[in-house]
Amino acid sequence: MTGSKKRSQEQQFKKFARFQLQMTVSTKKDHKLAKIFLSGTAAMQDLPLYSNLKKSAKEVLEVSGMPTLKNEEYKYTAISKRISDQLTRFGTPSSIDNLQKEIQGQQELFQLDQGYTLVCNNGIVDAHLSKIDPQLFQLQTLNELSKEKATQIGAIEKNEFDPFTALNSLCFRDGIRIDIPDGKIIEKPLLLVNFVRPDENGACIHPRVFIQVGKNAQLTLIEQTIYLGDDPVFVNSVSEWKVGQNAHVRSYKLQDGHKKNLEVSNTRSEVQQDASFTSIVLSLEGGMIRNNLSLDLNASNCEGNMYGLYLLNGKTHVDNHTNVDHKKPHSESNELYKGILADQSRGVFNGKIFVRQDAQKTNAFQQNNNILLSEDATVNTKPQLEIWADDVKCSHGCTTGQLDEEALFYLRARGIGKDAAKALLLHAFAGEVLDQLKEEGFKEYCEKVVHARLGGHY
Amino acid sequence: MLSIKNLHAAIEGTPILKGISLEIKPGEVHAIMGPNGSGKSTLASVLAGREEYEVTEGEVYFKGKNLLDLSPEDRAREGVFLAFQYPVEIPGVSSTNFLRTAVNQVREYRGQEPLDAVKFLSLMKEKMKLVEIDQKLLSRALNEGFSGGEKKKNEIFQMAVLEPTLSILDETDSGLDIDALKVVANGVNQLKTKENATIVVTHYQRLLDYIVPDYVHVLFDGRIVKSGSKDLALELEDKGYDWIKEEISGTTV
Repeated sequence: MTGSKKRSQEQQFKKFARFQLQMTVSTKKDHKLAKIFLSGTAAMQDLPLYSNLKKSAKEVLEVSGMPTLKNEEYKYTAISKRISDQLTRFGTPSSIDNLQKEIQGQQELFQLDQGYTLVCNNGIVDAHLSKIDPQLFQLQTLNELSKEKATQIGAIEKNEFDPFTALNSLCFRDGIRIDIPDGKIIEKPLLLVNFVRPDENGACIHPRVFIQVGKNAQLTLIEQTIYLGDDPVFVNSVSEWKVGQNAHVRSYKLQDGHKKNLEVSNTRSEVQQDASFTSIVLSLEGGMIRNNLSLDLNASNCEGNMYGLYLLNGKTHVDNHTNVDHKKPHSESNELYKGILADQSRGVFNGKIFVRQDAQKTNAFQQNNNILLSEDATVNTKPQLEIWADDVKCSHGCTTGQLDEEALFYLRARGIGKDAAKALLLHAFAGEVLDQLKEEGFKEYCEKVVHARLGGHY
Repeated sequence: MLSIKNLHAAIEGTPILKGISLEIKPGEVHAIMGPNGSGKSTLASVLAGREEYEVTEGEVYFKGKNLLDLSPEDRAREGVFLAFQYPVEIPGVSSTNFLRTAVNQVREYRGQEPLDAVKFLSLMKEKMKLVEIDQKLLSRALNEGFSGGEKKKNEIFQMAVLEPTLSILDETDSGLDIDALKVVANGVNQLKTKENATIVVTHYQRLLDYIVPDYVHVLFDGRIVKSGSKDLALELEDKGYDWIKEEISGTTV
């Protein structure tokens, strides 16, 4: 009798516990995680240049917490939960010893180094390993900036735009600012390599970059994070771009980590008149990746291009949220994201195009195409167009399907083996994005990496 | 060379081929004619190894090997070539890259050295003349944006490069104007040797003025109901297929 009573009490308790669990799950914000970061940074030494920025970040996080699935912008990507589940140390790791040795292990990547390389050690630039030409551009760490320049940090990608931006603002201890003077054409690409390795101090790294490209100047940036070891680690980067009149920027990002790396990137670019900004993001490996990319086309005759390729397998989850804001007439934006998904991987694409009332004669194009190679792979894709001007050309489209069986048979009927035929078709699919890479060296490097992937586990 | 015995095939449970037997020897040209839906294209597809079709009965031997056991790519490597009724457009795959991959995979299977870029290019040039195909087409993506005639020419061009022992032309003539038809037929005729054989699947007799068959078979409701010389094709052109249909129903009653 007592036994059964006890059991029923237990059951009741379990029910209650479950109910409580549901309660926590159903809140829109994860305050617990935010609190961990807030208390972790509370005792840190103040950075006087950034005390306002950090104060506002704190305020944002106290109110917003970290996003959960109930947050519309993060409804498919429970990255806050992953961070809570997979990480035990939320501080920042100290610098990696003997980074020179690790560079030697990345020969192929560093062969792309054509003269300008920035090496970061757990998010902090290593001046000794970096090579830049001060004649061409100015490189400063955030802590070296004048007060005036420091106030620009956080003025483009504002804390209130995304909780992870606020988190970066709260946590960064230093960062990089690059200024390209007016009229300077940087012909060779700038390679930015961030080496990352968690240690007993922490597993969270918050790289912060601000790049100002002067009038008529030109820059190509190649960015890759190298994950040393395969311990869980969270990289939360913020990049702000200020692109001057008639300046032209190409920004390439290669994401090729490991299954336990979590990555959030917030990139925002302010583009001035007659200028162009092209972003290409290749996501090949990682645990969970969320990329927020926003282009503010602030003046007339701007061009904004956003390209992306994601090749996913295992349980990799990649979420690309893009946003282009056409504010003035005669601007153009082109967007193409393509994905190949195997196993239980998941891809998310959300593309916002905003055309304001003043932005007549806007051309805005958006495409998202996906190939699912397994029944368990998932894609959630959503175009979001908000158009307030009436004389515009806008188009969007998304497709998700399997590999074209008819094409596969055609190739096989000519003597090409099944795997080779598949690889050929997947290559062709991915090629449309790879063709957008204009730097031959980097293009070859990416093609090689992609080729290895497509010939391998698919 | 090819021996088909009592071949039955179905798609999604619906029987299409209902007992086909056919012997083809080196050097021969066989025409397979018949009304729409009689199973002509199914026969071509089954021989090439299209996986949607299920062979329910019968056997097919090609040069002594059980063809039905082979994957589509191995059939091609053994020397079977299907010229598609509807060649597939494959954006992003260059015609040249595709053909080179195909040629070298076939050569590898046969234990031959792969062709280097120079040798491959000269092979292409030689075969291009044969089918009067424009070099510009081959620098484009495979069949992408090609006209109907260009696609069919490209099929014959691929055939010329791969040098099959058994070519199956699936309605290669349909949709072609007379000039394109002549070019295609001329290519096929030039590729003809004493060692290889051709199956011409067609709805129209017109093609057979240019590719002269040794045998004509009439396919109806999944069976070969009549075989004869090239004169049979002329008779069909003259009288239409109804005549055959009546003859069949006459014999069954």
